[in-house]
Amino acid sequence: MTEQAAPTRTDKFEARLKRRYAAERRFKMAGLGAVLFSVGVLLFLLVTMSINGIGGFQRAELSVPIDFTQAGLSAAPAGLSQPSAVQSLQAQGLPQVVEYFAEESLGKAGADQLSDNAWRTVADQIITNPAILRGTEEFSLAASPKLAGGLGGEGSAEMQSLAADLAAQGKLENRLDLGFLTRSDATNSQMVGIWGALKGSILTMLVTLLLAFPIGVMAALYLEEYAPKNRWTDVIEVSINNLAAVPSIIFGLLGLAVFLALFPNMRSAPLIGGMTLALMTMPVIVISGRNAIKAVPQSIRDGALAIGASQVQVVFHHVLPLALPGILTGTIIGMARALGETAPLLMIGMRAFVATPPAGFTSPATVLPVQIFLWSDEIDRGFVERTSAAIIVLLVFLLLMNGIAIYLRNRFEKKW
Amino acid sequence: MVTVVHPNLEQNDAKMSAKDVSVFYGDKMAIDRVSIDIPTKYVTAFIGPSGCGKSTFLRALNRMNDTIPSARVEGEITLDGEDIYRSDMDVVQLRARVGMVFQKPNPFPKSIYDNVAYGPKIHGLASARADLDEVVEKSLRRAGLWTEVKDRLEDSGTALSGGQQQRLCIARAIAVDPEVILMDEPCSALDPIATAKIEELINELNGSYAIVIVTHSMQQAARVSQRTAFFHLGNMVEYGRTSDIFTKPLEKRTQDYITGRYG
Repeated sequence: MTEQAAPTRTDKFEARLKRRYAAERRFKMAGLGAVLFSVGVLLFLLVTMSINGIGGFQRAELSVPIDFTQAGLSAAPAGLSQPSAVQSLQAQGLPQVVEYFAEESLGKAGADQLSDNAWRTVADQIITNPAILRGTEEFSLAASPKLAGGLGGEGSAEMQSLAADLAAQGKLENRLDLGFLTRSDATNSQMVGIWGALKGSILTMLVTLLLAFPIGVMAALYLEEYAPKNRWTDVIEVSINNLAAVPSIIFGLLGLAVFLALFPNMRSAPLIGGMTLALMTMPVIVISGRNAIKAVPQSIRDGALAIGASQVQVVFHHVLPLALPGILTGTIIGMARALGETAPLLMIGMRAFVATPPAGFTSPATVLPVQIFLWSDEIDRGFVERTSAAIIVLLVFLLLMNGIAIYLRNRFEKKW
Repeated sequence: MVTVVHPNLEQNDAKMSAKDVSVFYGDKMAIDRVSIDIPTKYVTAFIGPSGCGKSTFLRALNRMNDTIPSARVEGEITLDGEDIYRSDMDVVQLRARVGMVFQKPNPFPKSIYDNVAYGPKIHGLASARADLDEVVEKSLRRAGLWTEVKDRLEDSGTALSGGQQQRLCIARAIAVDPEVILMDEPCSALDPIATAKIEELINELNGSYAIVIVTHSMQQAARVSQRTAFFHLGNMVEYGRTSDIFTKPLEKRTQDYITGRYG
């Protein structure tokens, strides 16, 4: 044996070993840094949105006690169905009654700042509980956007002092406004709600899912399991990849040119919106579906074929169930993108002012991102918080949708 | 290619027979004009070095090569005298009659019960639950797995050990009551104890089914088979009784292989 140390025991080797560990530590730190950065961005988004948006779920409301024994209103049970009951109450002078008691309680200047349609809130409460007509009832009615601004320390000095007076008397305060979740768009920031846009989004997403998912999955299955591998399938593959990369506004133009030409009376309808977004989502589902199907081991197919399963049985009994979690992941990504999409929907007229929630798939509607876009453009300061609140609703809807998809994916996931 | 067939080999009860079968992958010839009769009542072993085409030839026997787009088969393979490559041959029915067990155990990621019941279900051999139960029990018993799994039939087949998985695959294959069982190196992924169990199982199944086994292990071929074919570079070099092939091979290449000179 020589005196020479083994090559793995030299100083040179150990110095090199140190450098290798240092490189590993650097790589780990970089990775951790990247994760922390993305978590930080997400937290920043959620925190700022929550802080800004909390105000959006509140509105300035004025307290108005109304003594119905003096008002002489009658609400016969037979007439108590919307909307005729509201008309009946209006004909009996409910708006004037509300105005009278508002002046009594808030003074002339305060009563003027009651929202125009405040009496409808009163009418709704009478209809749900006619018994209140026999006594005095305290109502919390929406203030005008100007007064709301005054309460928030904005607007004219006159408004600010009026708001301060009323607030000091306990007659004006910001209250939780759950009606935001049940009303629709309005010109008045105190009266707007998100339900119209939310329902529009739900209907649009349903159409998108029902079209894009089956078509996408079928296309992926056919391309992977049946189609011969030749020049034509290569061309189709490249086309689908390109389709997934086409800017969304172009799909909007396509929807405008094709779908609205076919159904000219359905401008702004969730059906058309959903069809347009389905065009955009389908390639994403096809691509992720093909990858998921490719990942199913050939041995499973062989095993089934070898005991005499037909091609269709192999696909539907073995390949599809195993690929489904992967396909669902792709569907989540595609649907999330579709949910947040604004541009193509602007092209097919979903930017219209729609003050009632859509009745069905063919009635005019707007969707959450478009609603956010429209509100962010409003001059009235009250819309700023409403916009944040709408963003929170959109994010919650998104999380809910993803949550359901992840739950489904985990249910279908099988280990082997 | 000329195959040396041992003269004392009686060939009168062929279950399957191949005549001048060549298999191509694209332009490459993987099997060169192989002719062989596979007997009904015996285990036939295909031996030979890696890449000699024995697995390719085995897969030609139940048309599993159809799944490989570039594969092409020439010549004639018959099952009970019927050409299995004729255009009106029903591949699904063929594979129900000629079952296959693969090199790597490939149970479905379903319960043990469903793994075995799948074949009978899709072929409509048993539909009532009681009938299925019976088929599952019978198949698992024949595969020597029943006592080990009877209390956990609803567990996933993939949770079993490698050897148990392979016996499950054999149970799955015999559940459809095939006439021929093809085994493609069924023990190459298993430890010696699991291998011994599979070999024992092959010996028990011998006689009920025509069995063809591809193996790398000459000892295994000697233990389980009565007929042996030696493949080399796409040719079938020699075919005869297992005892004859191992004790008095007629060809030098066979002699070299079984004495460990190459392969």
